Amino acid sequence: MAGPRFTADPPDMMRTVELDGLTALFHLPSGTTHILAPPAPQILAALADGPATAPTILARIRRAFDVEGPRRSGGQRRSGALAVLETRIAELEAAGLVSRL
Amino acid sequence: MRHQVQLQIGPVALRVGSQWAGPIKALTRLYEGYPEPEAPCDFTVRLEPDKPWRRWIRPSVAVGGDYRLPGSVPLALRHGLLAAELGMNLQMALGHKRHLLLHASSVERDGRALLMTGESGAGKSTLAALLGERGWRLMGDEFALLDLDDGTLHPFPRAISLKNGSIAMLETEVEGRRLGPRLDGTPKGVIRHLRPNAGAIAAMAERAAPALILFPRFGADLAPAVRKVGAAEVFVRLTQASTNYVTLGERGFDALTRLVVSTPARAIDYHDTANALALVEGLWADLAR
Repeated sequence: MAGPRFTADPPDMMRTVELDGLTALFHLPSGTTHILAPPAPQILAALADGPATAPTILARIRRAFDVEGPRRSGGQRRSGALAVLETRIAELEAAGLVSRL
Repeated sequence: MRHQVQLQIGPVALRVGSQWAGPIKALTRLYEGYPEPEAPCDFTVRLEPDKPWRRWIRPSVAVGGDYRLPGSVPLALRHGLLAAELGMNLQMALGHKRHLLLHASSVERDGRALLMTGESGAGKSTLAALLGERGWRLMGDEFALLDLDDGTLHPFPRAISLKNGSIAMLETEVEGRRLGPRLDGTPKGVIRHLRPNAGAIAAMAERAAPALILFPRFGADLAPAVRKVGAAEVFVRLTQASTNYVTLGERGFDALTRLVVSTPARAIDYHDTANALALVEGLWADLAR
């Protein structure tokens, strides 16, 4: 099962500033400010390429960053990295920065 | 309004009016030497009886004006000056949108500003008042006005609200004619207002670039200490110290992040004022190196 597909507002709807390893983000549509820790900014950057499932988001992030944890190799167990990513995506959903299609 | 006074304070023009002469006389005396506004006032403060009969019977002052805080408790007429000051704070906090408003004191030296913010009782007003008498220019003790376009700080040198222990300290430091009446038994204890010195009033249009952000913390048992404060923590604390950050939206975010990214920040612990002043001067000297 591919799982849900997620989407985010385009980058020009968000202003971001790096602050000592964290990211201050101003979300223009809602007028809200968020302080994000990795990998949340990377998830939003990955979604700038278009809607994606969690494994696809992880694959997009892996193109630019070294991600700790084993890659999924067809086994039944989800990789640690994917589980963490799904938790962070859920948090971004709750914050209104990511939604599912 | 039967009695009124208009005051230019930095980039803001305020009108304060009342049914009673007393608070306006006290305010006019306290703000002696301030220019009158050349343009229409930005805000009006009204000090009125909360009930019609309260003008004469146990007179009490309700603070109102362009912006009101529902449910606020009226003050005794003998505290009319405090009501006027609270009224000006209220108009600024609820209505001012031309600058990012930070609940902070600020002083300037050599064209660069030191910004101090912290919880009530942290000493930001006392430190600003003392520095303002010792070689620095007082820019403001209650609000710092951050320019939304270029990030400079505008002076807003209102009278300084001295509370409790800091009153005696400043009474020995400044001429008596710059002090307002002693207000006993206010909701915040004893209060006495201090008019900034002539230099601070004359330079109320001169902005300064922020150079250092300080988060002072006072405690009788605190050992003097200085610690660096990370940019994310500074950002969060300043959003909490701003009364109009949310209202300003994207412009507020841009102005605040620019301030945080470009200005070093330190937290200082101190147990007496001499100690705090030495820490401030030391940090400022380090910055210049």
